[in-house]
Amino acid sequence: MNVHLRIIAAALILAIPGIASAAGHHLALPSASDLWRVLSLQDYNTRVVILGTTMLGGAAGLIGTFLLLRKRSLLSDSIAHATLPGIAAAFIVVSLFGGDGKNLVGLLLGAAAFGTLGMGSVLLISKYSRLKDDAALGIVLSVFFGLGVSLLQLATRLETGNSAGLNSFIYGKTASMLFRDAMLIGVSAAGVAVICALLYKEFTVLAFDQDFAAAQGYPTGILDFCMMALVVLVTVIGLQAVGLILIVAMLVTPPAAARFWSFDLRRVLVTSGIIGAASGLFGSAISALMPNLPAGAIIVLVGAFLFLLSFLFGSARGVIPQRLKNRQTSLKVEMQHLMRAFYELAEEDGAAEELEKHPVKFEQLLRERAWNSTQLKRILRRARRGEFLRVGADGDYSLTRAGGRQARKFIRNHRLWEMYLITHADIAPSHVDRDADQIEHVLDDAMIERLENLMNQTDRRLLPESPHVISSQKGEAS
Amino acid sequence: MIWTFLDTWIVIIGVLSAVACALLGNYLVLRKMSMMGDAISHTVLPGLVAAFLISGTRDVFPMFVGAVVIGVLTALLVQTISRIGNIEEGASMGVIFTSLFAVGLIMIRQTADDIDLDPSCVLYGAIEMAPLITVDFLGMELPRAAVSSGVMLLVNVLFILLFFKELKISSFDPALATTLGINSTLMHYLLMTLVAATTVAAFESVGSILVIAMLIVPAAAAHLLTDRLWLMILLSAVIAAASAITGHLAAIIVPGWFGLGDTSTAGMMATSAGLIFVGVFLAAPRYGFLSRVLSRARLSQRILREDVLAMLYRRAELDPDSGAATLAEIRRLLHENWRVGLAVKALSRKRMLARNDGGWQLSPAGEAEACNLVRSHRLWESWLVSELGLRPDHVHRTAERLEHVTDSSMQEELFKAAGSPDQDPHDRKIPGNL
Repeated sequence: MNVHLRIIAAALILAIPGIASAAGHHLALPSASDLWRVLSLQDYNTRVVILGTTMLGGAAGLIGTFLLLRKRSLLSDSIAHATLPGIAAAFIVVSLFGGDGKNLVGLLLGAAAFGTLGMGSVLLISKYSRLKDDAALGIVLSVFFGLGVSLLQLATRLETGNSAGLNSFIYGKTASMLFRDAMLIGVSAAGVAVICALLYKEFTVLAFDQDFAAAQGYPTGILDFCMMALVVLVTVIGLQAVGLILIVAMLVTPPAAARFWSFDLRRVLVTSGIIGAASGLFGSAISALMPNLPAGAIIVLVGAFLFLLSFLFGSARGVIPQRLKNRQTSLKVEMQHLMRAFYELAEEDGAAEELEKHPVKFEQLLRERAWNSTQLKRILRRARRGEFLRVGADGDYSLTRAGGRQARKFIRNHRLWEMYLITHADIAPSHVDRDADQIEHVLDDAMIERLENLMNQTDRRLLPESPHVISSQKGEAS
Repeated sequence: MIWTFLDTWIVIIGVLSAVACALLGNYLVLRKMSMMGDAISHTVLPGLVAAFLISGTRDVFPMFVGAVVIGVLTALLVQTISRIGNIEEGASMGVIFTSLFAVGLIMIRQTADDIDLDPSCVLYGAIEMAPLITVDFLGMELPRAAVSSGVMLLVNVLFILLFFKELKISSFDPALATTLGINSTLMHYLLMTLVAATTVAAFESVGSILVIAMLIVPAAAAHLLTDRLWLMILLSAVIAAASAITGHLAAIIVPGWFGLGDTSTAGMMATSAGLIFVGVFLAAPRYGFLSRVLSRARLSQRILREDVLAMLYRRAELDPDSGAATLAEIRRLLHENWRVGLAVKALSRKRMLARNDGGWQLSPAGEAEACNLVRSHRLWESWLVSELGLRPDHVHRTAERLEHVTDSSMQEELFKAAGSPDQDPHDRKIPGNL
């Protein structure tokens, strides 16, 4: 385990008492009947909330995937923060003209306008100045949010209109979602899904290679705008549900999690949508069961939990499957090196013809490679289990027939490659051993055949001589 | 507008925290880590609550430790996840800071009865109230926020002065820093620790939006103004102080124009930093938007002027009796419209063109210049054909571009390299041969 991981683990353990005592304070576990009531969607209110957040999660997961592929995940953060002045300004303008400042349409239009403005500013700054993306994102985020806070405070000083509740756009008020809001989310989510399906090919090309898209004659500017407009749309409709800081999580976390499960974009998109929907569903269900827990934050944490699971266990890029795969490969490589060591020792004694009958001592093997005795013992144990070698009465080792076959095969691969490097790549004989050590394990039959033809070594029963002095012999000689 | 001692203190606190943030911000911007400032200022929330729950007090020290620990933890987590999971740093930052922020919100909600940490206070800060909370500092009664941000400013200044060289090298070239024996990882985490510490110090008094704004905006603006690191740091401090002062003034004055009271000082400080940035973005001498547009326009106008001269030269060459060309004719021949008028006017001011019965004609000076251009053009064409082996009908465009950037010594070299030709590949005479 590396040092960073250990530090993180230590800090998390230190933080546990705090978190636990915070959580333990007012948490009453739900009764069975509560559980049933929520899960069977009996409450009208719960039904609306769960439906709304699930659809929102799905839509955000979908469009968020393209955002991630374009390396613009944090753009959602800037867009979300940039909506605040829009909300406050819309409230002020509508109130001044005598309307109801809290009219949802006005607020959302204001939010969308400023969200788009913020997005445009980020792209403008990073395109037309020497500043990089991160600075552009940070500038837009903080300045727009600062402006928003100032406008919001002004709004509270208006004589007309009651501005209480505008704050809910910052933290969200999931639990009080209305049917109207859920409908809006549903329609928008469906729109996002349809547009993503219609423009799937164009969005994909744009996300992976913008220059190629332009060369293919796609209107990249317009497509880019469409993509970002969808992000703004999801951000704006999500504001009310989870608030402007946590909507970022809905756009960023599911795609990041989904990427661990597949290399195929279609699957990533679907997985991301499902993870988003699942965090919405379970998050709002949990918060319905335990009213003390704010739904927006729980949705985010469910998403983070799913991310953690994907990070660890994801079948395509997950950390544990990857480590297992690497481990398997290194075990295989170790084993093949052991077999080769047997052959080289036998050859040294002029007994290569009778490889299987040539006993070898542990110390001899130990000198053959850079392994220590613990490692070598472990490899030998595994080789015995695989019936590649047997132990003689005096504790000597010798190969079985299966082991001999392996040894000959990899010695041959190794030497063919060495010869190839010497004759065709002009590498000095003293320098080819290491390279061949790595390549011998991955040479397939077709490759071997071509090497054999090149080296005139088509008779598979014959093993070529090593083209260089084998290091252990050299070591003894000097 | 009524200015009281409160306003003076607000401005002092604002300037101290803004400058403290801006100093560190330079390195965040240069290391392309601006968003780390944003992430850390969100994640200190759970750190503060946890510190409170563990220590049971609202003392400065435990709070401070909690926030610094969580700040460094954020940086660690973001980098570890992005490296081990092989995902983009932005995405891992998004996942981490939103999750930790959510944890913070839940912790606050759960402990709402015992702790008065209002999340909105954390976000907007209460700089207006900050002067009222005082502490005894060296026998003087000073606002606590002024003391804490003053100390933080001092620490940051010392940090930068002590490690100026190390920070500089490890920001621009971590690999070089490592080969020089500078531990750039250590530098990175020292920086993150100070960012977290500064965030906490500024946190209660001015709120986290101002922290993010001051970490990024002044440094970004300064980056557009200069290429020198020390000057950039200095400018960022000046810009930060200016935004704090104008921000507070704007907060108490601007709403008055609409008959309203005052508004959030922290918000307006961020806004005025944004306005300063916009000004710099547009008008910075070398890296500004306008100067780029302007220098491009100037270049294309110079090229157009040269095209006018060369065109008139060729016209006279084709038909020595063609006489003066009218403005309309020049426009038609160059496929350009209103810019031609400007170019012709400028050329006549330089006495390269002379008026002649209702049209324009090359003056002797203009003729010399035009001859020079056409010579460059045709020499390039000859060279491209004889030395590069291009086809004669493919070289005009290239020569048309290169003629504007060819000086006399290059002309001479071209002339020699192309075998001292008399004619270009289109059988036109190369003018100016001796």
